[in-house]
Amino acid sequence: MSIAWYLAVSAIVFCVGAVGVMTRRNPLVVLLCLELMLNGANLALIAFSRMWGNGDGQILALVVMTVAACEVCIGLGMIVAIYRRHLPIDVDELRELQG
Amino acid sequence: MSSVLFFIAAAGVISGAVGVVVLRDPFFCVLALVAHLISLAVLFLLLRSEFVAAVQVVVYAGAVMVLYVFVVAYVGGDSGSLGERLRGPGPVGSGLRLGGAILGGALLVELLIALLGTGLEAINGHGAGYSGGAHAFGTPAYIGKLLLTRFLLAFEMASFLLLIAAVGAVVLARRRGGLGDEDEGDRLTPLDLLRPQGTGTMAEGVGRRP
Repeated sequence: MSIAWYLAVSAIVFCVGAVGVMTRRNPLVVLLCLELMLNGANLALIAFSRMWGNGDGQILALVVMTVAACEVCIGLGMIVAIYRRHLPIDVDELRELQG
Repeated sequence: MSSVLFFIAAAGVISGAVGVVVLRDPFFCVLALVAHLISLAVLFLLLRSEFVAAVQVVVYAGAVMVLYVFVVAYVGGDSGSLGERLRGPGPVGSGLRLGGAILGGALLVELLIALLGTGLEAINGHGAGYSGGAHAFGTPAYIGKLLLTRFLLAFEMASFLLLIAAVGAVVLARRRGGLGDEDEGDRLTPLDLLRPQGTGTMAEGVGRRP
């Protein structure tokens, strides 16, 4: 398959993730949709890496995976902290920082 | 053969992604993401990046998703069905939510236009030449050599970032009120008389006993 097919799949996954981030209200699912967006970017990076026969894109994809793992770690810690304080698990209800 | 595999894996990737967005129960969302990640690893293998595919399956679908499953089991929570969410009576209007979906569709159209109208010729090819071997493109040896030579700084910074994230998660999610019930620590056991003070038990560590 030519590289363009992989890029099309990556664009679709990214946009599905973006729609999820904008429409879902459960912060757990919002985090999952952020993972989807990062995965779409990863697929594009690896497709371009294959296109040029150059490993830099793969290294960048690995770094993106590390950043995603950190983001999950902090995000889930925040969700657990929110749950312990008996606040609603809903991104629309959590508006205290909005001023 | 490889195109058949591509279409099967791409269908898995896209249906997994759609499943994450539309499914109602967060637990099923996590399972859909696991299916998505495994199909994505197949696509990575088709692009000859074996090491990244293996990391994807082991670290992402293995470790990170287990973390998600535990938190979903702990927190739970249920969000309404898709239609209910789109017009639901939340504090934020339903029009904003529908606008988000429309914006996502517009983004997809724009990305596909950019893809079709690109000037890159190589995008329609099958990628650069590939020769097998132990040190070929995408093997662990190749990635390891790159990580420890050209990208050493990025590698070290990523490890430092992981350390900071782990400490931050522990600080965020720790219990603030000590362990267990209040009256549990007041019970006197024979062990308290035999044991000298400050033996480093976990109860002392969180300040339950002097």
